[in-house]
Amino acid sequence: MHAAHSSEAHLAHHFPGVKAQFEAGKLGMWIFLATEILLFGGLFCAYAVYRANHPEIFIYAHRYLDNLLGGINTAVLIFSSFTMALAVRAAQLGRQKALQRLLSATIACGFVFLGIKYVEYEHKWKEGLLWGKRFKPVHEEKAAPREVPPPKALTWVNPEERSTLAPPADPPAGLAVRPAEAHGEHIVPQNVQLFFSVYFVMTGLHGIHVVAGMIVLSWILLRARLGEFSAAYFTPVDLAGLYWHLVDLIWIYLFPLLYLIH
Amino acid sequence: MSVPLGNALAADNYLNHEKGWRSWLFTLDHKRIGVMYLVSILASFLLGGIFALLIRMELWTPGRTIMDAHTYNQMFTLHGAAMIFLFIIPGIPAALGNFVLPLMLGAKDVAFPRLNLLSYYLWVVGALLALVSIVTGAVDTGWTFYTPYSTTTNTSVISMTLGAFILGFSSIFTGLNFIVSIHKLRPPSMTWFKMPLFLWGLYGTAIIQILATPVLGITLLLLIAERALGVGIFDPALGGDPVLFQHFFWFYSHPAVYIMILPAMGVISELVATFSHRHIFGYRFIAMSSIAIAVISFLVWGHHMFVSGQSNLASLIFSILTFLVAIPSAVKVFNWIATMYKGEVELATPMLYALSFLFLFGIGGLTGLFLGALATDVHLTDTYFVVAHFHYTMFGGTAIAFFGGLFYWWPKSTGKLYKEAWARLGAFLIFIGFNTTFLAQFLMGAQGMPRRYYNYLPEFAPYHKVSTLGAFILAVGFLIAAATLVHSLFAGEPAPANPWGAATLEWQTTSPPPHDNFPTQPEPGDPYEVDKWVYDPAARGYVLVPAAASAGRA
Amino acid sequence: MSFLSFVAEKGMFLPFQGSTVAPAVDALFKFIFWISAFFFLLIVGLMLAFVIRFRKRPGYTKPAHAPTHNTLLELTWSGIPLILVMVMGVWGFKVFLDINTPPANAYEVQVTGQKWKWLFTYPNGYVDEALHVPVDQPVRLVMTSEDVIHSFFVPAFRVKRDVVPGRYTKLWFRATKPGTYQVFCAEYCGTGHSDMLTSVAVHEPGGFEKWLDQASNLLNTLPPAEAGRKLYQSRGCAQCHSVDGSGGIGPTFKELFGHKVALRGGGQAVADEDYVRESILEPMAKIVAGFEPVMPTYKGRLKDQEITALIAYLKTLAAENRPAAEEKGR
Repeated sequence: MHAAHSSEAHLAHHFPGVKAQFEAGKLGMWIFLATEILLFGGLFCAYAVYRANHPEIFIYAHRYLDNLLGGINTAVLIFSSFTMALAVRAAQLGRQKALQRLLSATIACGFVFLGIKYVEYEHKWKEGLLWGKRFKPVHEEKAAPREVPPPKALTWVNPEERSTLAPPADPPAGLAVRPAEAHGEHIVPQNVQLFFSVYFVMTGLHGIHVVAGMIVLSWILLRARLGEFSAAYFTPVDLAGLYWHLVDLIWIYLFPLLYLIH
Repeated sequence: MSVPLGNALAADNYLNHEKGWRSWLFTLDHKRIGVMYLVSILASFLLGGIFALLIRMELWTPGRTIMDAHTYNQMFTLHGAAMIFLFIIPGIPAALGNFVLPLMLGAKDVAFPRLNLLSYYLWVVGALLALVSIVTGAVDTGWTFYTPYSTTTNTSVISMTLGAFILGFSSIFTGLNFIVSIHKLRPPSMTWFKMPLFLWGLYGTAIIQILATPVLGITLLLLIAERALGVGIFDPALGGDPVLFQHFFWFYSHPAVYIMILPAMGVISELVATFSHRHIFGYRFIAMSSIAIAVISFLVWGHHMFVSGQSNLASLIFSILTFLVAIPSAVKVFNWIATMYKGEVELATPMLYALSFLFLFGIGGLTGLFLGALATDVHLTDTYFVVAHFHYTMFGGTAIAFFGGLFYWWPKSTGKLYKEAWARLGAFLIFIGFNTTFLAQFLMGAQGMPRRYYNYLPEFAPYHKVSTLGAFILAVGFLIAAATLVHSLFAGEPAPANPWGAATLEWQTTSPPPHDNFPTQPEPGDPYEVDKWVYDPAARGYVLVPAAASAGRA
Repeated sequence: MSFLSFVAEKGMFLPFQGSTVAPAVDALFKFIFWISAFFFLLIVGLMLAFVIRFRKRPGYTKPAHAPTHNTLLELTWSGIPLILVMVMGVWGFKVFLDINTPPANAYEVQVTGQKWKWLFTYPNGYVDEALHVPVDQPVRLVMTSEDVIHSFFVPAFRVKRDVVPGRYTKLWFRATKPGTYQVFCAEYCGTGHSDMLTSVAVHEPGGFEKWLDQASNLLNTLPPAEAGRKLYQSRGCAQCHSVDGSGGIGPTFKELFGHKVALRGGGQAVADEDYVRESILEPMAKIVAGFEPVMPTYKGRLKDQEITALIAYLKTLAAENRPAAEEKGR
């Protein structure tokens, strides 16, 4: 697998050689991926803090996510990483047609992913299961979570209502945990919207990264069509592939954390 | 075979290599990018400085002096935001590092020249968004944007935070570029411990830039989402936690202050060694301390939150780590002083700035001890003591080092010498003005004068008056310094290749350098072997000792 | 007063020591100060000495050899400061625990911070805008905010704690000398941040109980309308209801009492004693048209007598025009 990544024609004047230039590109991309991990890291941190302090919200609300659709999306992205890896291999071997087909396949997977996400988001919109201030759930029989009898309509807890009780003698340190409200046989936790806030911010930011990745891959596809890549030079394909793998990897963490809570 | 080094103003150099505004706007030359950054960053310093003078004028008397409370709140917010996001964070790496780093490596450019230009464009976009914010209602949250105030106030928070977000990317890409450059563009004989200390400083800074800035990015995105969409992550009425914002914010903003100081310390290493005509003392400790500071800086953010509502245990850990991070800085200071021992100390303008740094950063660092200790911090936090502390470190540290570096590398980048007497006067007034402005603030902070106060009790008036007077002395000092530099552009003497006798590689090319950086590739050696250079009156600068010159070129 | 005598009088520029913890904090402050002063003078002194002694001048040549490193020296000047700062750290933590750990028998007062004033609720339910405490008694404050983050700061006691919406934070102290001490808000909270001041009045032994008794019975000591005005100001009415006719979250009280009001959802009512009482205790029952259903109930928070006082106050705000007051019924 020792085909050079770069020919002299692509050597920039400030690099001592093609190897150094290629290695620099690789190092640069890995550093960029590190910054992306830290960007999402903040969100994972917020998730961890809120889930640790309010497990009941996450346990209750995650059931409104569709595990089947989420699972399909996971499979789609994993498959797209596979086609991407094959695309890099094709570029390495100088197989132009294969490279273009595989890039197209990867982009197509991206479209499928976004399509399924659209379906999920639309469903939430219709149900009123949105973030923060926009959380206004509509009673919907069909939105029954699996394995649990359908909950009664979630009552809208007025956030402006102030407690008329005196503060307890020893109030808890840290986040004040408000008691769950009993609703017949189902405990509907207060602040359920917190889950959806976290859900939409995390999947939304991820979705933006998927779109960005698809734009980058489209540009790479265009360059491939123009014959810019060969066995001697395919660095951009390689680097774009790294980015796409990261986008996939982030989803692989998001899916279980948001969908598969038990 | 050797091209005569010296002044290259008449010859082909990077400034006249191509002409026209397009050749600047679309340049890939790190030197031109550095110059554009320098002009933009100094303009931001001026803007931030104007806000500062307005603040100090308002504080001349308690109650209303020249503006109302809401305007005052915008003034201190904009002062902080402009100075931090537009001036200090990009500061030395963008304006000086971009120019000097490849030269110090003996390289022709940074690893990713187009990314470098993109960094600059992103800075410009971020700055424009900040300006949009200023004219559409400004911001009154303090530069720290604490929730829930920042999510509920009526000012243009979104455009300002969006601007800061974009500026963050500018910072990240600069850091990325510098790391890859230092890893991949070093000549084979320049091992890690043969690199100049300025590069160690930039390297440590770059590590922080790439790891910490994304966290600010997500924090600002969440803030924008909260305001624009009502997401509710920081809103207690919706189950959110406003203190979580503080954790996120300070996770970046504490390492950020080391983004500010590490390059400054790198500059000081160069200045002290050069102007003592001595090899730097304790090279390895200084180099490794930059990395130590970069690493430990990520572990101390909670010292901004000792009274915010975090557990006693967390506070203890943050306090101990805060004290730990002070030690590498102290080591550097001792090493710099030891460098002057048995040297030949020249009080040229850059050295005056370096000596000011030692004095001012000394005070800044030592006053940090009062704040790192938990019990005293309870009393002093959120008072003027903190304001004085961070001005001594960020301004008396970073900004002073910035100006020292500016005067140091000015002849190299412009090919002109400035009038030494005026430059010294500027440095002196800056020193006097600075202490007058900020020393009084420690005293009133200890007495309990809170920060971000528009109005204040009459007993604090004398301190405020002294501080305001100092601010104007400072302003005069900077004006003189700026005038000196501008004057040199028009009427300065031509600069030799090496006016100071430094041994790092940027002095082994003409002043200004050619487009390709070096007429002949220099041979790196010990970056502090200053004895290889002697003063040549004919060249009006330093030249390599002939034996060393021929040995170097063998 | 000359500058020198000013400095001498100020000493360390620390405020009066008004609590049990203040001397401990000041002792640490002084320790850090003297160590800092020593190192600062050392650094600046050596710097000046070297600059002068080794300065470039005609006839001076620098010594041929100077050390470029000295591992022992470098370890020493890393190690000694490390030990000193660890001492500071541990000492600071010890005193910090004292600052943060209230004794079991502390007298508790609830504090509410809001833009831009402080409200103190005493155990008997009385609410005041200033903090009063007995001397030599541990006092514990349980604090929360109505809106944004504030911070309760008493320089003389060396205590400070953020006041956060949605949670409770605690602060305690034991005042050692009777007197009145300044309280600042120490977390930026908007336009009125620097005016969000109040005071701690530390009473002589026996004085606090007397004060509380008298203040709580303002219904007995003040004329009803005057007491009503105080209640209006300190019980949160003022936040939503103006008295000068200007708009707000709730209807203005100016020219309200005795007038007809249109109701949300249709119908009318006369704003008489019954209406006012009902609106205080069951605010959702008859909301004025054009306003949102957001008023919290005061059931359990206002006594009957206090409601009477408020009604008396409302009457004074509509004194000129009272044709409907004689009309009973709808």
